[in-house]
Amino acid sequence: MRSRDIYSFIFILLIAGIALSIVFAPEGRWLFNRNVSVRLGLDLRGGTQVLLRAAEPVERSIMQTAAGVIERRINGLGVAESVVQLSGDDRLIVEIPGIDNPEQAIETLRGTGKLEFIDTRGEFLAPGTIVRTTGSPNPIALRPTATVTGTEEITSTEATSPTVPEGPIYESITDGKDIDLNSVQPPQIAGQSLQNQFAVPFAFTGESARRLEQFTAANIQRPMCIVLDNQVFSCPVVQAALVGGRGEITTSTRQDAEQIYTQLKYGALPVPLQVESSRTVSASLGQGSVDASIVAGLVGLLTVALFMILFYRLPGFLATVALLLYTLISFALYQLIPVTLTLPGIAGFILSIGVAVDANVLIFARLKEELRRGRSLNASIDAAFVEAWPAIRDSSVATLITCTILFMFGNTFGVSLIKGFALTLGLGILLSLFTSMVVTRTFLHAINPLPFAQNPWLYELKDAPGMRHAREAA
Amino acid sequence: MDKLVKLRYWWFALSLLIIIPGLVSLAIFGLRLGIDFSGGALWDIQFVERAPGQLDTERIRTIFAAQGFEGALVQLTESQVDGRTVASAVVRSRSLSETDPESQRQRVLSALSNEYGQVNQQSLQSVGATVSAESTRSAVIAVIAACVAILVYLTLAFRRAPHPVRYGICAILAMIHDVVLVLGIASILGVVIGMEVDALFLTALLTVISFSVHDTIVVFDRIRENLINRRPTETFDDIVNHSIVQTLPRSVNTQLTTFFTLMALILFGGESIRNLVLILLIGLISGTYSSIFNAAQLLVVWENREWNRWFRRGAQPGAEAPAT
Repeated sequence: MRSRDIYSFIFILLIAGIALSIVFAPEGRWLFNRNVSVRLGLDLRGGTQVLLRAAEPVERSIMQTAAGVIERRINGLGVAESVVQLSGDDRLIVEIPGIDNPEQAIETLRGTGKLEFIDTRGEFLAPGTIVRTTGSPNPIALRPTATVTGTEEITSTEATSPTVPEGPIYESITDGKDIDLNSVQPPQIAGQSLQNQFAVPFAFTGESARRLEQFTAANIQRPMCIVLDNQVFSCPVVQAALVGGRGEITTSTRQDAEQIYTQLKYGALPVPLQVESSRTVSASLGQGSVDASIVAGLVGLLTVALFMILFYRLPGFLATVALLLYTLISFALYQLIPVTLTLPGIAGFILSIGVAVDANVLIFARLKEELRRGRSLNASIDAAFVEAWPAIRDSSVATLITCTILFMFGNTFGVSLIKGFALTLGLGILLSLFTSMVVTRTFLHAINPLPFAQNPWLYELKDAPGMRHAREAA
Repeated sequence: MDKLVKLRYWWFALSLLIIIPGLVSLAIFGLRLGIDFSGGALWDIQFVERAPGQLDTERIRTIFAAQGFEGALVQLTESQVDGRTVASAVVRSRSLSETDPESQRQRVLSALSNEYGQVNQQSLQSVGATVSAESTRSAVIAVIAACVAILVYLTLAFRRAPHPVRYGICAILAMIHDVVLVLGIASILGVVIGMEVDALFLTALLTVISFSVHDTIVVFDRIRENLINRRPTETFDDIVNHSIVQTLPRSVNTQLTTFFTLMALILFGGESIRNLVLILLIGLISGTYSSIFNAAQLLVVWENREWNRWFRRGAQPGAEAPAT
C-alpha cells in the first residue's frame, strides 16, 4: 500500500467510528449532549399536520404573534417535538406528533380565545348562541359557507369573503386584549349544584376593568353575557358592581374547561385561523409503515449485495463492504443533521443504494476493460477511476439538480412530503461519491499487494495478461 | 450487436407503440388527479368489528352524504388488527370545512360507528382548493425548471464535444419520451386500477427525469470519449454503435440493481408508497431504454440530417419518431 492509501484507510476507519458512535449513541445523546435520536416523520409515528390560514388579510407581524401564541399553547398542552412554522404571509404550519387525539388538540390551538362581556340590553341569550359583538362583528361561524354539491369543482375561496352576516350587534363591554393572563387559573370544580360544573376563573384589567365596573354599577339585576369567540357561555344576572374585573367561565365537562383554560392562559390569537389543509395518520398505521420499510430496506440491501458479489466477485465484495459503510454513514448523517425520516424519505434512501452501486458498476466495468488490455492491477485501478469519473460526475450533478428542485418544490405546503425524498436522495448522491471514489478505491488498493488478489477469476475474467506478469515476477 | 444503430427506426417504432396508447388514454380520460392537486379529503377507516366483505360501498356513501359529503367515492380494502384481517374503506370526499373541521369529522365517525360498531380512523387528509391549486402550479414549474437546468448543465458538460447543444437537446428528447410514457401509463392505470396522480407521483416523475438523464449521460460520455480517439475509417454511426455496446453491461447491471431495490419496496415497502415505486420502476426501465435506443440514436439522425431523406423517400417506419 502506498502511504496515500494508508492515510485514506485511516480516514475511512475514523469516519466509520464516528458514524457508529452516532448511530449507537446511548439514549440518543452524542457529543456535547446533542440529541441524535432517530426522528420519524408524522407518517411514520402518527400525528397531525395542519395548514392554518388567517381568516382575514393580515400582516406578517400579526402572524408572528399568532405563531407565538400557538407555540405557548402547545407547550401548555405538553406535546413534545411539535412544530409551528410561518409559511408565506398569512399561513402557519402546525405539526403535532403521536398523541391520542391530535384533531382535538388542533382545535384547542386554533380557537381564537377572545373573551368578552357583552351588553345584551336586558336579554338572556341561550348558551351556545353565536352572536355578533362590536369587538368581533363578523364571526367566521356566521359567514355564509360555499354551497357545494356532489364532487363539483370547489371554489370555496369566496366562502371566506367578508359578507355581512345577519343579526344584531351587541355592545362589547370588555376587550379580549385586557385579560390578565396571570389571573387565569386551571379549571376548578364549581360545586353549587349536584351536577359537576367546571369553572375557569379570569380577570380583566385596565380600561376593560373600569368599563366593566361602570356597566355593572348601572345595570344591577339585569343580565350580562360572557362570550368566548362569539359563542355565549352564560348570562349571569348582575348582583353588584363588579370591582377588579373578575369573572369565571363555566362548562359542564372538564375537557371543555381545559380547552378554554389553554386558550385564555396563553393569550388570544390576534386573528381567527381556518384549517386549509390537514393530514392525520394514526400511530398504528405509522408503525406498520416503519416495519415494512425496515424489511424492504434489508431485502433490498441483501439482494444488491448478493448480485454485486455474484457478478463482480472480488470488487463486488469490496463494493458491498463500501455499501454497508454507506448505509451506516447515511443513518449517522440523518441523526446528526437531523433529517426527519418520512416514508418517501426512506424510499429515497433505498433508491440511493441503487445510485451508490451504479458508480461502482461504472468503475468495475472500466476496471475489467483495463485488465483485459493487459495493464497491471494497480494501473488498472487508477485508470478505471480516472475514466469513470466524468460519467459519475455528470450524472450525479444532473440528479442533484433535480433533488434541489424537488426540495424547493416541497416547500409548497400541499406537497411537503416530497422534501424528505429529495433530501435523502440528494444526501445519498453526495455520499455515494465519497464511498465509490474514496472507499472502494482504497479497498482495491489495499488488496492489490496481496498475492491471492492477482487472480483473473476474481475479476470475472479468463485471462489478464498484466496479472500474469505480476505473478511471474513474484 | 453491431446493428443497434442500423435498426434505429425500429427502436423509435417500439417507443411509439407504447407511447401512443398512453397518449390516446391521456386525450380521452386525462389523468386521475389525487387530492393533492384537485383538493378534497381522503379518509382511511378501519372497521374493527367487520370482516372483509361485510361492508357495502353504497351504504357508506349514504352515511357520508347524510353528513354533508355528497358524492363520496368509496373503495373497500382490508387491513390487519392484532393479526386479524378486518374490513377497511378508503373514502374520497370533498375537503373538510375550513372553519369547523373537527365537529364535521366527529359527526362522520360517529355516524359510521352507529352503523358498523367500532371504527378507527387510520389516516385523514384534507386539502383545500387554494392549496391544491398552488401545488399544481408549483408542480408544473418544478418539471419545467428541472428540464431547463439539466439542458443547461448538459450543454456545459459537453462543450468540448462537437455540437454540444445537440447532446443537451437529444437528452431532453429522451427525457420527454420518458415523461410522456410515464404520464400515458399513469393515465391507463388510472382507468384500469384507479391509480391517482398525487404529490408522490410527481416525486417519482422528477426522479425518473433525473435517472433518465443519468443513463443518457453515461452513453453520451462514451460517445464523447470515442469521438476524441476516432479512427479515420470510423463513421459516426459506428462510433455510436460501439459506445452503446461498451456501456450496455453497465446499463443492464445498474438497471438490475435498481430493479431489485424497487422490487423489495413494492413487495415489502407498505401500501402508501406502492404507486410511487411502481411509477419509478416503469420510468427507470423507460429511462434506460430511451438513453440507449432513443437519445444516442437521435444523435445519429441529427448527424446525418436524415430528415431530408424522410420526405424524399416517403414515410418510413417511425418517421415521426424525433418528436418523441
